[in-house]
Amino acid sequence: MEKQNNYWRKNLIYLKYLLFIWFIVSYGAGILFNDFLNNFHIGGFPLGFWFAQQGSVYAFVIIIFVYVYLMNKLDKSHGYED
Amino acid sequence: MNVQLWTYVIVGITFALYIGIAIWSKVSSTSDFYVAGGGISPWANGMATAADWMSAASFISMAGLISLMGYDGSVYIMGWTGGYVLLALLLAPYLRKFGKYTVPDFIGERYYSKSARIVAVLCALLVSFTYIAGQMRGVGVVFSRFLEVDINTGVIIGMIIVLFYAVMGGMKGITYTQVAQYCVLIFAFMVPAIFISFQMTGNLIPQIGMGSKISDGSGLNILEKLNMISLDLGFNEYTRRSKSLFDILAITLALMVGTAGLPHVIVRFFTVKKVSDARKSAGLALLFIAILYTTAPAVSVFSRINLIETVSNKPYSSMPNWFKNWEKTGLLKFNDKNNDGNIQYLSNQNLNELYVDPDIMVLANPEIADLPPWIIALVAAGGLAAALSTAAGLLLVISSSISHDLIKNIFNPSISDKGELWAARISATLAVVVAGYFGINPPDFVAAVVALAFGLAAASFFPAIILGIFYKKMNKEGAITGMLVGVLLMSFYILKFKFGIFDGGKEAVPLLKEQWWFGISPEGFGAVAMIIHFLVALLVNKFTSDPPKYVQEIVENIRIPVGAPPAKNH
Repeated sequence: MEKQNNYWRKNLIYLKYLLFIWFIVSYGAGILFNDFLNNFHIGGFPLGFWFAQQGSVYAFVIIIFVYVYLMNKLDKSHGYED
Repeated sequence: MNVQLWTYVIVGITFALYIGIAIWSKVSSTSDFYVAGGGISPWANGMATAADWMSAASFISMAGLISLMGYDGSVYIMGWTGGYVLLALLLAPYLRKFGKYTVPDFIGERYYSKSARIVAVLCALLVSFTYIAGQMRGVGVVFSRFLEVDINTGVIIGMIIVLFYAVMGGMKGITYTQVAQYCVLIFAFMVPAIFISFQMTGNLIPQIGMGSKISDGSGLNILEKLNMISLDLGFNEYTRRSKSLFDILAITLALMVGTAGLPHVIVRFFTVKKVSDARKSAGLALLFIAILYTTAPAVSVFSRINLIETVSNKPYSSMPNWFKNWEKTGLLKFNDKNNDGNIQYLSNQNLNELYVDPDIMVLANPEIADLPPWIIALVAAGGLAAALSTAAGLLLVISSSISHDLIKNIFNPSISDKGELWAARISATLAVVVAGYFGINPPDFVAAVVALAFGLAAASFFPAIILGIFYKKMNKEGAITGMLVGVLLMSFYILKFKFGIFDGGKEAVPLLKEQWWFGISPEGFGAVAMIIHFLVALLVNKFTSDPPKYVQEIVENIRIPVGAPPAKNH
């Protein structure tokens, strides 16, 4: 039971951090701070616009693969590999 | 060879491929029919999920919508991809561990209640039927334009193809045809995008081309140029927001949680072997989706510039062939208000002479850019692949809701596996017929599909599933009330503000805009309905009894990945 609780707690911590990043790249950079970020440029893109139509999507893909990596490691350390 | 011949050849080859796969993957048990026996590899499931998910709306309409909306179109890009993060982190692994066939299975067992299951079935049917009507219509539009058959004939051909592989092969047939359809649709989307990106910016990668200098010698970045010509014609600057900030936030959230709550997407994760595969295939699915979703905004920019430069202030008599072809479909309309023989394409509705339906931006794009005929034919095959793959996924949800959730679990639990399989096939057939009927006689609500289907999924399934996994003490009273309140509220908002039925009909809709709650459009209201569902469910839960011990143990159990039942032995 102890092992199980520990596993679940760690999982929730990962979720908290990853969902925070998920929120920042889309709702933050893509929407709330969009106007401000548009003062900067990445290549020919205004930065806020880039986040809204490109960057957030790349970030989403990375977030999921980081989660896959972290969880596979967590499964292993708790002997939960299926 | 001309375009039409090319189209017949390419569409013919892809259809033969789908039918071949259907024959090869014929199934004989309900487990195979509902979840492909739970034996799909994460890569195949990733591709199948991508095709399942990317509908006619993603392939045909999205880039065009963004090109008309500019920055505001970002809601589709972020909303329809960000939902996969929620799906991968909060739903897919646990639902796979639970290891059943349908979403109502989970709701019914987690909330230990037949009523909960029935409510879930009704939500699933409502969402899926709304969504599928739009897909059949998409099939009809592509057929009528590219193969010059009547829209209705197009819909019927589409019905027959889907019927063939969905009824015969069930989830197994659908999965492998979706893998093939993903390949067709992504190839068909990327090839013209790469060509056009190269033509306009000299850069082969559209995602980079979109941020490069335009190769017309002006030395301007392509987005700067687009901002400039947009302002000249009275439109908003392309890269700036024009909707209210609050509405953009609400729509993005509604689309994200709606994506994560769509039953035809969720069931895809029941088909992999184990929990870790469910996580991995969610990542792969988003990767495959991201290829199209990061290219689409580039296509929007290129086609917007191309369109404006081709038509703006040019004589109508000098318009190229594609212009006349699309006029025939009614998706492009010219009305020479000032009788000068030239096309004025302006933001001001009193002076504007050109109506452009967003759907033609992707479909006509290769013609506008003057690409070779085989590429135009490829786009037709891609649009069909996108519409058919989504339609098939939805059909399966509809048929399993009826045969598994209603017949097997409620009305006739003693039905044999063989009997259930027949029930599944018959309900799939009936569902195709109903979907086809809606494709031929599109009800008014096809235009409201996005708001409705995503709003309902966001308001019904998403909170109920999340609470079911992350809140052990969540009981059936809370869940059922939550789902009902969410769905009724969402339906009320759509009926009131999208159909105006409480205020004298469609004519009232534009005026009702003033009364939107907190300035939130019907498209974004799913976010509000979802939050209210959470609040109501938690409140009711507080005043009613805890769920039984065995249910709490189920929840403990789905939180750890080991020992997921293979779907086969269910």
